[in-house]
Amino acid sequence: MIPTPTNPSDPPLPTAKMVVAKLDLFYGAFQALRQVTMPFAKNHITALIGPSGCGKSTLLRVLNRMNDLIPGVLVQGRVELDGLDIYAPATDVCELRTRVGMVFQRPNPFPLSVRDNVLFGLRVAGVHHRARLDETMERSLRAAWLWDNLKDRLHHPALELPLDQQQRLCVARLLAVSPEVILMDEPCSALDPIATAKIEELMLELKRDYSIVIVTHNMQQAARISDYTGYMLLGDMVEFGDTGRLFTNPADTRTQDYISGRYG
Amino acid sequence: MRISGDKIAKYVFLAIACSAIASLLLIALFILLEGLPFILRYGPWKFLSTSDWRPHEGAFGIAPMIISSLWITAGAMLIGAPLGVAGAVFLSEFVPKSVMCIIKPTIELLAGIPSVVYGFIGVMVLAPLIRTNLGGPGLSLLAAAVILGIMVLPTIISISVDAIGAVPNAFREGALALGATRWQAVRMVVLKAARSGIIASIILAMGRAVGETMAVIMVAGNTIRTPHSALEPVRTLTANIAIEMSAATGMHRQALFATGVVLFVVIMILNSLAMAAMRRKGGR
Repeated sequence: MIPTPTNPSDPPLPTAKMVVAKLDLFYGAFQALRQVTMPFAKNHITALIGPSGCGKSTLLRVLNRMNDLIPGVLVQGRVELDGLDIYAPATDVCELRTRVGMVFQRPNPFPLSVRDNVLFGLRVAGVHHRARLDETMERSLRAAWLWDNLKDRLHHPALELPLDQQQRLCVARLLAVSPEVILMDEPCSALDPIATAKIEELMLELKRDYSIVIVTHNMQQAARISDYTGYMLLGDMVEFGDTGRLFTNPADTRTQDYISGRYG
Repeated sequence: MRISGDKIAKYVFLAIACSAIASLLLIALFILLEGLPFILRYGPWKFLSTSDWRPHEGAFGIAPMIISSLWITAGAMLIGAPLGVAGAVFLSEFVPKSVMCIIKPTIELLAGIPSVVYGFIGVMVLAPLIRTNLGGPGLSLLAAAVILGIMVLPTIISISVDAIGAVPNAFREGALALGATRWQAVRMVVLKAARSGIIASIILAMGRAVGETMAVIMVAGNTIRTPHSALEPVRTLTANIAIEMSAATGMHRQALFATGVVLFVVIMILNSLAMAAMRRKGGR
């Protein structure tokens, strides 16, 4: 099924890369997501906003099954990638995670060299062909705008880089495995405004080739960079639609109250 | 004038702490004073490199015992390090927290078993096994290495588990999110991040193995000669001191103290290496 925007005045949606339909998620007895239905458009940026504890990070981690790592999680409903259910028993979770990659809230490069960080995903996949590794490393670092900074420091420890370069290295490391969808969990919350601007610019560049989903606490950031926005509250998807319309003319009073800063 | 309880407690504890350090220094000083003059008189090189130990004829070469100590320690590490690290990885990465909370204290309890008990098991179980299956007298370098390899497990496991537990979860998540399996995440990221702690645990265990005496006396066979196979009986530096000290006088006694100096230096070096490894941050 293809969910429609909450508001009929929104323009029609482009092709959906991923779709979540009637999704319930429980942490033990606690229900963290309730009947969530929304699409994630191909080659666009979809933002998930909402106050703390609304379930936006949980929803993000449904999309690459990172929630599987938490004991006692129960997922019901349908989550599709290119029309196929990723929670089907036949799904190879490792392969799924290379197609739906993730950038975390705090930059988490491995305690390895820059080069080994970027090539981690390929090595995991069993690629050892030297020329291909080198080619991928350069392409990924270029795509994350790090090549000029780091080309002479490929063997330096990644943890000694400044934070914003660490975060872009995490993006590069992800691009190296050629994902189709990039999930970003508050990727700028540990960064200063200048570094944040760089990451945002990078995201706008990347959306030509990738479908991006970003969770953010920062409403201005969602308004600046996303094409579609979902507003969540206490596990419900209150409103989903075109970002410009949602921020100027929200259909739900709760959305209105949140974006005007009345709570959250 | 009122003296607060805090002040009194502070000075009492300070005195206790100082006395601990002082007794360490005194021991070091005592051994050095007793042993060093002998080493200098006899000649350090002759003492360390010749293999004649005939105290009553004035020959004091400890080379066979140094070699035996090193072989036994190396053998113990060959057995204990892989087992210990594998155990630590299993406990911290592949077992639910609740199980780990039972198993880890149990393993640490192993450290509290008196070494004479390990020696006893070695004599009763291990030595006959070696004698019937592999040949030789049974009491041998191999038996000592196996027993010591088991004895150092608590040291290696508990320090390695702490080191692995201190690796931020973000590293694991990052690896899994790139399509790694659990095992790949452990092997390629977690173990690298925990490397300095794991190395420290192995070096500390080496220190224990070099210094262990009772279990080794019981299972190693105690013949003074340079071993040519793992099935031969050997005598370590520690065993030599323990066996001969009660009957030794004069030069002989001093030579045993000098053996103690050699042990002391080896263990100090190992402990400093362990501390240096622990202080070194991961990320290289």
